[in-house]
Amino acid sequence: MTDLATYNFAYLDEQTKRMIRRAILKAIAIPGYQVPFASREMPMPYGWGTGGVQVTAAIIGPEDVLKVIDQGADDTTNAVSIRAFFQKVANVAVTTHTKDATIIQTRHRIPEQKLGAGQVLVYQVPIPEPLRFLEPRETETRKMHALEEYGLMHVKLYEDIARHGRISTTYAYPVKVAGRYVMDPSPTPKFDNPKMHMSEALQLFGAGREKRIYAVPPYTEVVSLDFEDHPFEIQKFEQPCALCGAQGVYLDEVVLDDKGGRMFVCSDTDHCEDRREHGHAGEMLAPNKEAAE
Amino acid sequence: MNIKTEALSGGFGEPVFESQSVFRMLMDGMARPGTMRTVGPDVGQPEPLGGAAGAIALTLCDHETPVWLSPGLSKSAVGEWVRFHTSAPITREKAEARFAFVEAGATLASFGLFSSGTQEYPDRSTTLIIEVAALGEGQPLTLSGPGIQNAATVMLKGLPEVFPRLWADNRALFPRGVDVILTAGRNLLCLPRTVKIAMSRPDTPSAR
Repeated sequence: MTDLATYNFAYLDEQTKRMIRRAILKAIAIPGYQVPFASREMPMPYGWGTGGVQVTAAIIGPEDVLKVIDQGADDTTNAVSIRAFFQKVANVAVTTHTKDATIIQTRHRIPEQKLGAGQVLVYQVPIPEPLRFLEPRETETRKMHALEEYGLMHVKLYEDIARHGRISTTYAYPVKVAGRYVMDPSPTPKFDNPKMHMSEALQLFGAGREKRIYAVPPYTEVVSLDFEDHPFEIQKFEQPCALCGAQGVYLDEVVLDDKGGRMFVCSDTDHCEDRREHGHAGEMLAPNKEAAE
Repeated sequence: MNIKTEALSGGFGEPVFESQSVFRMLMDGMARPGTMRTVGPDVGQPEPLGGAAGAIALTLCDHETPVWLSPGLSKSAVGEWVRFHTSAPITREKAEARFAFVEAGATLASFGLFSSGTQEYPDRSTTLIIEVAALGEGQPLTLSGPGIQNAATVMLKGLPEVFPRLWADNRALFPRGVDVILTAGRNLLCLPRTVKIAMSRPDTPSAR
């Protein structure tokens, strides 16, 4: 038994889907440009991914396999509730395995595993306008995008250097898409920025409260802004993941006690589990025998 | 069949799922220009509208999207059919149109009168759906741009001769500009405004 009859497929009515679909097509045609759309109220509050949910609802079909991650994890509240939402209103298959998914809705991470041509990555975006904290007026930021006037963003990055000796922006690090529009990649760590460049997967961005949709087509240049003498760099971690021993991945810090004990583990839970299943072990992973006892 | 019956017949059998599948073809097609897709469902559109073009109208048009029809199409039952199935208003003003449908072999003088959006809102532009004689055979065109790894070659027949020149003019407006979907029967091929087109045959004078 399903509750499908209570809702239209994927919750949204057909006219809303058409409106969002038209916005998505224009967003793909103008990479990095923010298309306004008539964002609907969803059965969850703004800030919980209503933009991403509306994009997913407009594109999803019965054959799709959906994965939802929140900060890289499949098992946190936001991810679990959005996954359950689509199981209920669209009755679609869901997975936690990155490689099996056709649509991956994400909050603040890009999976470690390279995405393929058959996959669509849908980002939940809180503030789509990269210039918003520098210029609060929408009329002005629109004009700045229209004139390709991005000097202010470079001034911001320069002030980072003047104050801290380096570019201290670590997340929502601005990028230039296809050599034209400066875009906010949503609050992903800058560690993930290089994955957007020439990605095989289509990337869609939905901001529900701010009512904007934007996109990066596959095989599109995505360049992180920087300076010749202060080139863009991603975060580096001194130790590997404490559970799976992975290096060169993004790690979360977990505080263990009140005596300064801490561990660093993969933020991408599927990647970490997959590695452990294949026999990789970090230094803090409980040995199998011990766990069985 | 008289014009009224033609206008009232057809449409999607399963509107929710069929429009979703046609949309995904358009989304993938826009994201990967140069890949041809074939629309599955038969939508019973009146002549001379093609099957893919009819399915696109049913998928994307509604009361918010004025539709412009080329002279050949406006003489037929297509206008009535689009109005009945999608509630889209039919407009004679190219600049007002969100979607414009052009039948095969129609003369294309310019994209200039269609809306190319504004510099602040380049998304407010017309999408043209142009029927050609065939996709997948005929003259080769080389495409490059976002969505294409290096270059993609497409074959098509019956593209208006002025098209490469019109397209070069359209590209020069970026980020403004129209987007085009080429259709031939049930096949479709998307040309977002970012695509660069080069004629593949060396003996053909290339688009500037």
